[in-house]
Order: sequence, then structure tokens, then C-alpha cells
Amino acid sequence: MKPSRLIAIVVSLAVLAVGVAACGSSASGGGSGLSGQVAGAGSTAQEAAQEAWTAEFENENSGATVTYDAVGSGGGREQFIAGGVAFAGSDAALEEEEGELNKALDRCKPGQLVEVPAYVSPIAIVYNLEGVESLRLSPETLAKIFNQEIDSWSDPAIAKDNPGVELPDTRITPVNRSDESGTTENFTDYLSKVVPSVWTYEVSGDWPVKGGEAAQGTSGVVEAVSAGDGAIGYADASQAGELGIAKIEVGSRWAEPTPEAAAKVLEESPEAKSIAKGPYMFPFELDRETESQGTYPIVLVSYLIACTRYGSASEAEIVKSYLEYAISSEGQEVAAENAGSAPLSPALSSKIAPAVEAIEAG
Amino acid sequence: MEVDTTTNAGQLLAAASGGRRRVGDRVFSNLSVAAAVTILALLAGVAFFLLVEALPAVEAAPSELPGDQSLIDYIAPLAFGTVLAATIAILLAVPLAVAVALFISHVAPRRIVLVLGYLVDLLAAVPSIVYGLWGIFVLGPAAVGPMEWLEQKLGFVPFFEGPASATGRTMLVAGLVLTVMILPIVSAVAREVFQQTPRRLQEGALALGATRWEMIKMTVLPFGRSSVISGAMLGLGRALGETMAVTIILSVSGIVTFNLISQANPSTIAANIALDFPESSGLAINTLIASGLVLFAITLVTNLFARAIVARQNVQ
Repeated sequence: MKPSRLIAIVVSLAVLAVGVAACGSSASGGGSGLSGQVAGAGSTAQEAAQEAWTAEFENENSGATVTYDAVGSGGGREQFIAGGVAFAGSDAALEEEEGELNKALDRCKPGQLVEVPAYVSPIAIVYNLEGVESLRLSPETLAKIFNQEIDSWSDPAIAKDNPGVELPDTRITPVNRSDESGTTENFTDYLSKVVPSVWTYEVSGDWPVKGGEAAQGTSGVVEAVSAGDGAIGYADASQAGELGIAKIEVGSRWAEPTPEAAAKVLEESPEAKSIAKGPYMFPFELDRETESQGTYPIVLVSYLIACTRYGSASEAEIVKSYLEYAISSEGQEVAAENAGSAPLSPALSSKIAPAVEAIEAG
Repeated sequence: MEVDTTTNAGQLLAAASGGRRRVGDRVFSNLSVAAAVTILALLAGVAFFLLVEALPAVEAAPSELPGDQSLIDYIAPLAFGTVLAATIAILLAVPLAVAVALFISHVAPRRIVLVLGYLVDLLAAVPSIVYGLWGIFVLGPAAVGPMEWLEQKLGFVPFFEGPASATGRTMLVAGLVLTVMILPIVSAVAREVFQQTPRRLQEGALALGATRWEMIKMTVLPFGRSSVISGAMLGLGRALGETMAVTIILSVSGIVTFNLISQANPSTIAANIALDFPESSGLAINTLIASGLVLFAITLVTNLFARAIVARQNVQ
């Protein structure tokens, strides 16, 4: 090896070492008395919001470290039940199916389970159709497009929803998620609740219709829709980018996926009492059939799941203040800015706050 | 210690240097045995893990499995897709790889041989996710036009039945990307062997009046045949197990079809595991591992098959 190259390597290693040391020392600033490490895992939909929360939280509490591993909702729930992580993010509330709810209750004994909605995001119907700037779809037309009954953009059903719009004779390419996802689950839940006569499939995170175009992840769907003329898909509204967003018929008006409209649906939805075990669980039965003003019913609601009691005082303190931060108006604002989510309404925030306040060392 | 007169070169060397087996020899022999045992133990460990973890899915009732279908119904389309994608790749890659290898070993001017060989090897160093992104952003969109042409002109062939995908994320494109991915592996193996074809055979053929192509056909290709097959099997192994590129590119639909250009394609086992594992729990994970076991078996069978072919070639 030439001496000059050796010097270059030594220098770059030295720079690296200094950089690492600098990172280590920056954590010793002031702040609250919290210290220790807490790990969470779960929903990929929450990933951007969790990243923003952990960054802000660690800024405020320099001694505390919170990590969030976006392994997916199922994986997060599994790790939480096994005791691998202190809290989980999940696109679905814990249910009795497969005994998950009971296992989670056992995991928290002698404390209780905490389950609060923390991340609400409208799901946009995105489309790519040359020459069509705005598009309206009734739930029935939407369902028929996605179950492949309607396969051309010039179909009379679409024309009826869009008077005065010149629709090309392009073939429709419906794009769905190829991986299991909370977005798919919420979208199919909407279709099966609102137009059960057309959408006869079981609600699940796996796309039920065969033969459509499928793509991995939200970014994959957006990419596939962008690539194909005549393509239509569903994706987190914040990720829609340049694509056209269809207005959906709600009652007698045409609604767009705005954060406000999404938050309003959750506010008006009843709690799912049957799967709420204890006073600190707030699962919701989303009111997809809502017709009230200013709502958009195709939304994804993702929950934070934790226990009221933790073995160590520092773990309990960190989980408590982290969750408090996440559902606070400040935390919801940060998520809205970074992940495009819909902030929880103040009324809902104050309703679920006691659940998080109940967390303590035991 | 006495030295046997029929001893091999290593022992002769050992004898020359002092009359007893050197420590180095013993260490080397033990190390190589240990390495061989480790490989076997690892393989057995993987097989054992797959078997144990797949068992709950095998025993479960169909209603408990993902999609409410039996394990065979779940895995069969995946196994079909895996074999189909790998077959496309191997059919396209092997002739191309042999041609590239021949060009480098026998046709190209010496000046560009080194550069070209280096460039082909470089293809093998590109991470598969980059191939995936290339497939979805470049090759897929570019393939939309040609696939529409195939549908119109050759639509009577089941492979090109259509309707052609509007996004280009089809089995044909996935197969093409796999082709590019395994090309360097096959061609590197072929090139090394072609270059070792005995000079006297080649010169003899030329001296008898053979053209360059006839010389290659009579000496180089037969000499390298078993190695080309070995190389092809290495490539096939990669194509069967390739995960990220297929996951990103292929528009999957859980069906069985030979139609290569439509939006509805069978998934592959590896891609399906990558797609579904993050949101799976409980039995769904066992089901995915059971599909992994099937992939393990497919790979094992193809490898044994290839070994058999190579062994027969060598006997001849």
C-alpha cells in the first residue's frame, strides 16, 4: 500500500472517531430528569410520525432514548406480548381473534392494558388519467372499479358521477398493495360497510381481489399509479404527491381527504366497547357510513398500545411521558407536519389522556 | 516415524523437512475437516429450523391459514411463480452468458478483454435492490410499448395473451431483470473454463482447416460444457431465491398463469415472504416458513439434478 493511501485511511478513521465522539457528547445537555432506554415496535404507517416524536422527545429529555422499530403492526403486537418492547404501534385494535387480546392482558398483569388512537391519516384515492384533472367517484363506482367489474374509464357509471368531464376510453388498471397492510384493511372495511352489496369480500389486510396490479408499500402503489396511464390506487394522502386525487361521495356531497375531515370521522365514531377490556382501552368502531358535513370516511386509525405498570420506574416514566407527548396537541402537530396525519381533536385528546396518565411503576 | 515410499507429495515434503509430519499439516487438515463439518451442520440446522417451524402450518386446518385455503393451495402458485421466473431468466441468460464468455475468451482483442471482463464482473456486485429499482423505474416503463406490440402480434401464444400491463411490472420484466442479475455469474464461470481449453486442441482444429466457429464448436464448447451447466445452476439458485428485485418489480396476484405480460402474475416464494412477513403473526408466519421449506426443497432438487448431469458429462 502506498504511504499516501495509508495516510488517507488513518485520517478518515480519525475523522470518523471524532464524529462518533461528538455524537456521544451531544446527549449530555440539560433537560428533565428522565433517563434510560425504551423500545417500541409496530405499524409502518406510524413510522414517520414516530420518527418525529422520538426526535423531539429526545431533544426535550436528553437522558432518555426511545426507539421505534417499524416491523409492521402484527410484528409489533407480537413483540409487545412477548415482552420484547415496552409499547407497540398497531393499525388495528387488539382483538380476541387468535387470543391476542388475552395474551396482551396477561402481559400487563398486574397492571392494565392501555390502547389509545394516536395516528389518524386520510387514505386518498389516487389516479393517473391523461387529460382528466378532477374526478368524482361514488362509493359504488369505486367498489366496482376495484373489484374489476368496471374496466374502462369511459364506463357510463363513471360518466354519471362526472357530468361534463370528457373521459377517455382507457383501460382501468386498479392498483392494490401486495403486502399486508393497515391501509388495505381500512380501505376494504370502508367498501364493505358502505356498499356491502357490491363489495362482498371479507375485510382483511390482504387484498382480496385477484388479477389487479399489485405493488409493495405506499411508495410502490404511488409509483405504479404514476407509471401507468389509466391506473387508480389508494395510498396515504400525504404520499399522493403529484397524482390526481378523486373526490368521494359522502351523503350528498363530494369529499376530499383532508386531515380535518379525517379527524372529524374519528371524533364522531363510537367506541368499540366489546373489545375494550378495562378503563384504559379506547378502540373505535369507525363510522364509515357517516353522511355528516365535513367528514371523509376513508381513514386509517393507528393505535399506541402499552401497559399501566412497568417493572422499573425509569421505564414507566419514559413510556408515560412519551405517550403523553404523542397524543398531546404538540405531538399531534409534529406528526401532522412530518407525516401528514390528521391531529386528534382536543376533545378526543382529553378523553384518552387519563389512560396514559395511569401508567406507573409497579 | 518411518516414511512410506508410496507417500504423496505433501508427505514427501514433510519428510524432506525433518522426517515427521509437520504441525502445519495437521492444523490444516483439522481446519479443513472442521470447515466441512460446519457447512454440513449449518445446512442441517437450516433444514431443521424450517421443518420445526413449518410443522404447525402443516398440521393446521385450512380455515386457520391465510386466505382460508389449504397449505398446498397457498404454496402451489408461489412455487409455480418461482420456477417460471427462474426459467425465463435461465433460458435467456445462459445463451447470452456463453456468447459473452466466448467473446471475451476467443474473439475480443486483448486490449478490451480485461476491461470487459471487469465490467461483467461488476454487474454481479450491484445490489439486488438497485436492480429492482432499475426494473421499476427504467425497464418496466420502457417495456410497456414492446409488450403491447407482443400482445397485438403474438397474442395467440399463451405467453403473450395480454392484456398488456399499463405499468410494465410483469413477469416478463421480472424475468429480464433476473437475467441481467445472473448473467455475470454464468459468464464468469464459462469464461474461466473457455480460457483453459487446451491450446493444442484448438490449434489442431484450426490446422485441420476448421473455421474459428467450427473450432469453438468442436473444442471449446465440449470442453466447457459441464462447467457451463455448473455455472447455470449457480445462476438458477440465485434466480430461485432472489427476493428484493422481484418484490419491488412484480405485480403479484396469487394466480397461476403462463401469461407473462399482464398485470396479474403469480408471486415467488421469496418475494412473498418478504412482502407478508412484516405484518404476519402466529400461524401466518409458520405458513410463510413452510413455503420457505418448499423453496429449500426446489433448490435442493435442481442442484442434485445438475450434479447428476455434470457427473454424466464427465463420465463421457
